[in-house]
Amino acid sequence: MPRLPAPSIDWFALSPLLVLLGGALTLLVVGSLTPRWPRGLYALAAAVTAGAAGTMAIFVWNDITDQSTDGGGSRLMVSGAARVDLFAVWVTIAVCAAVLLTVLVTNDYLERERMVDSAPEIYSLYLMAAIGAVVMGAANDLIVLFLGLEIMSIAMYVLAASHRRRPQSQESGMKYFVLGGFSSAFFLYGVALVYGATGETRIDGVVTAVNDNPLANNAMSLAGVALLLVGLGFKAAAVPFHFWTPDVYQGAPSPVTAFLASVGKVAAFAAMLRVLVYALPSFTDDYRPVIWVLAVLTLVVGAVMAVVQTDVKRMLAFSSVSHAGFLLVGVEAAAHRAGGADKGLGVSSTLLYALIYAVLVCGTFAVVTCVGRTGDSATDLAGFRGLGRAKPALALGMTVLLLAQAGVPLTSGFVAKFAVIRAAVDVDSYAVAIIAMVAAVIAAFLYLRIMVSMWIADPESGDDSREPVRVGLSTAVAIVLAVGFTLVIGFFPGWLIDLAEAITG
Amino acid sequence: MALAPSVLAASGEAIEFPILTVLILLPAVGSAVVAAWSNRRPEWLRLIAVGFSVVTGAMTLWLLSAFEKDSLGATGSGFQFESRHGWIDAWGIGWHVGIDGISLFLVVLTGVLFPLVIIGVDPHHDHKRYLSWMLLLEAGVLGSFVSLDLFLFFVFFEIVLVPMYFLIGGWGYEGRVQAATKFFLFTMVGSAFMLVGIVATAVLAKAGVADGAGGGRVSFDLIDIVNNGSLDTSTARWLFFAFAVAFAVKVPVFPLHTWLPDAHTQAPTGGSIILAGVLLKLGTYGLMRFGVFLFPEAAHWSRALWLTLAVIGILYGAIAATMQTDLKRLVAYSSVAHLGFIVLGTFAFTSQAGVGAVLQNVSHGLSTGALFLLVGMIYERRHTRKIAELNGLQKVAPIFAAGFMVVMLSSAGVPGLNGFVGEYLILMGSFLSARWWTAAAAAGVILAALYLLWAYQRVFHGEPSDENKDFAELNIREAGVLLPFIGLIVFTGVYPKPMLDRIEPAVDRLNARVCAVAVCAEQPEVPVGEPEGDTESDTEGEG
Repeated sequence: MPRLPAPSIDWFALSPLLVLLGGALTLLVVGSLTPRWPRGLYALAAAVTAGAAGTMAIFVWNDITDQSTDGGGSRLMVSGAARVDLFAVWVTIAVCAAVLLTVLVTNDYLERERMVDSAPEIYSLYLMAAIGAVVMGAANDLIVLFLGLEIMSIAMYVLAASHRRRPQSQESGMKYFVLGGFSSAFFLYGVALVYGATGETRIDGVVTAVNDNPLANNAMSLAGVALLLVGLGFKAAAVPFHFWTPDVYQGAPSPVTAFLASVGKVAAFAAMLRVLVYALPSFTDDYRPVIWVLAVLTLVVGAVMAVVQTDVKRMLAFSSVSHAGFLLVGVEAAAHRAGGADKGLGVSSTLLYALIYAVLVCGTFAVVTCVGRTGDSATDLAGFRGLGRAKPALALGMTVLLLAQAGVPLTSGFVAKFAVIRAAVDVDSYAVAIIAMVAAVIAAFLYLRIMVSMWIADPESGDDSREPVRVGLSTAVAIVLAVGFTLVIGFFPGWLIDLAEAITG
Repeated sequence: MALAPSVLAASGEAIEFPILTVLILLPAVGSAVVAAWSNRRPEWLRLIAVGFSVVTGAMTLWLLSAFEKDSLGATGSGFQFESRHGWIDAWGIGWHVGIDGISLFLVVLTGVLFPLVIIGVDPHHDHKRYLSWMLLLEAGVLGSFVSLDLFLFFVFFEIVLVPMYFLIGGWGYEGRVQAATKFFLFTMVGSAFMLVGIVATAVLAKAGVADGAGGGRVSFDLIDIVNNGSLDTSTARWLFFAFAVAFAVKVPVFPLHTWLPDAHTQAPTGGSIILAGVLLKLGTYGLMRFGVFLFPEAAHWSRALWLTLAVIGILYGAIAATMQTDLKRLVAYSSVAHLGFIVLGTFAFTSQAGVGAVLQNVSHGLSTGALFLLVGMIYERRHTRKIAELNGLQKVAPIFAAGFMVVMLSSAGVPGLNGFVGEYLILMGSFLSARWWTAAAAAGVILAALYLLWAYQRVFHGEPSDENKDFAELNIREAGVLLPFIGLIVFTGVYPKPMLDRIEPAVDRLNARVCAVAVCAEQPEVPVGEPEGDTESDTEGEG
């Protein structure tokens, strides 16, 4: 009997993934077999796992940059299923940072909502979803990418429904599951059609196959590209595939919303870049106009719809749609240079935006979690009224985060927007750059509304009888980290930009 | 005037005290100190804020005395007190600050106005946050006036919105939230275009000087782009408009002015003074520095549009001001008219008009700032801004009325006071190159006298009604704040020469850039220097 040849595996390069997996399984198994751990220990275990994975990712990054000076660099492994390059490592770091922040927020949330019983599951689901996201960033095969997408999505469906006593949470999970399942099917069908047209599912294989035989099965591959776009557009919450976003974001527990918005977005855009720019560069002239339209729709609809909401979680959901529009501007810029030796600034600016946004949105939802109070329901604008007086430090942190989301200078949000605009201008996409900036102004209105509520609005009767806003220690740490990152990057963005631009190098 | 590597050498040699950088950081630090100050000792807050703003103001005055009027600066770029450091090297963005005759007096005006506002205007509640925002605003405004890097300028230009937004929204009058939001969003729409314009300018000009490797890098440095960048004509015209929209909103130029009356009326007194005094100048300054200076050909090409809008603004602002029933709104509309003159002077491209425009920046800041201060005092006493509810104040508060009179006359452009010098130079200079526009604009001067005198008559003349009988006279603190305004108004009106001497070389350099790429309609036939002589003798005769 012939031995199956074992694929070569670079265990070191996969170490972040393995750490996450180990942490997730340990939490799940040990957590369910042992009596309840002391306070905060579950969260600590999850946070340490995410931190360790992130640290390993940094080592891998250094290893790759060291080797790329003598040739080498990115590694193809597991029979070409995964490619650990700087792109993948960047995604890993962004995901780990988001998981870390979310876990810190979740810790206090579970205490407040008396959900500590389900802590091991929730934390291990976070880590599972993170594994999916990391796999999406490191995939070199469309099937592997799909696996990553499903690992992440299924964990997220459950997470959205994890507040078992709140019907809204159940509804949110159900909605997300049904629509998400639908979109996964689109994606999978897209993969199948691309495979049918090219005979390949490996990303580099698809590129070679199309290059060797440019005209074969054009209709089939175009249909495949279209279906892939639908699937990815759904995960990225691009208009017109965004309809799930407000309902799911509003119903899901606030820390989970942070998780969906940060990890979900990073992974979706990593996958989009992998598929469109890396796997299908030959079709760039076909899908670029589609991306353009998606970007404009997403920017404008997201911003306009955000303005008319009254619930802060819904507002931020639509604002995250608008941010997806900005990321699509970056993808559009990347599409201009797809397949060329010079990748331009599109890929790096999109990834930079994704990382910065992930941290921002985690911080923002951390504050929303606190303001939501017990029951996680006081998330309308009135819940924020008078926060500037009651909790000035919290309100100040929120203000910084909101200003950053609006793209005010000296915050990381401005750096992110500037990077994307610069990438767009670099490839002469002036129109979309201007539309993006104008949409940012419309979106700014909604951030102003929240700030008005916090600082300026007059108190109303009944405000005093509300439950006071409490900020737990670990949530405070998360907010401080997010605000600190926002300001540090705002003032000294140089190093992060250098790192991001090294990705396409 | 190529910026060879000698730039680096020169700035390397001259390790001077980075006064402009300190000038920006000082109020910013002050703002942080105030914000972090313990709530248990609120009595120190005011003192700290005053201290920081006074020291900043003193530094601007030192700048004024150390500014050499004919110097091209250490690097020959025309800017003095330059300092240049790397910031975001990956994008070719640097911390580059410097001032010339155009920005010098705006910096000084900022330095002088802020301490006066902080001392003279009481916000009534939440002193700590108010003072903190005020100082942050000062840092932002100063930063905008001294930035010589497009990115850096944009950063300050945008950051200014945040404190101003909170000042209007937090301490304003009944419609404050709406007015503040309108202000924020209007300005930000303009900035949206400018940001894309800035990026496109830098990316297309590729004016960066790589270390020893020649040009070709993307650089956001204003001087680099002016010296090394080349943009073709049609591109430059597009880019010019991307910039100009942002500045036109800020000025505001006629059809984009609708945010201004609301913001001015609803802002607290301190906010109005700063808004009129220096914030609007970001627009007119920006048009000169980043509009005309960067894109001379495009500016000249589109001058008919700008002159027309300026004249419409002058007439429209004056007529609208006449119709107002709210004293503060009247002053706000008078700002639209006055700033129309500045735009007219900027786009006339003659020496006198340009000098007049820069001078009018400062004059308007002083006279309109003082008017808002006085209207604020009226509101403090009577809790109304309605002209109809005020009368006969001259009888009960003669000193107050006298102060108001001087400021009002200065705003109306009466010879001997500062408003006249700027307006006269603008009209005279513009007449050389834009005769018909100037003729129409001159009507604005008459209208200004009409609405201001009429308002004065209604508010101050006649017999005071019962509510106005107890109108309090100017107290010591108010007089102390008003006096510097009046002093500067009279000084500038009587003896503007020191200012004109410092402004003129910078304006001439600017116009020379324009006339090098465009046919300037008519070169001024009056030898340079004479108009100042005229003004002086005129004003001295009258004053």
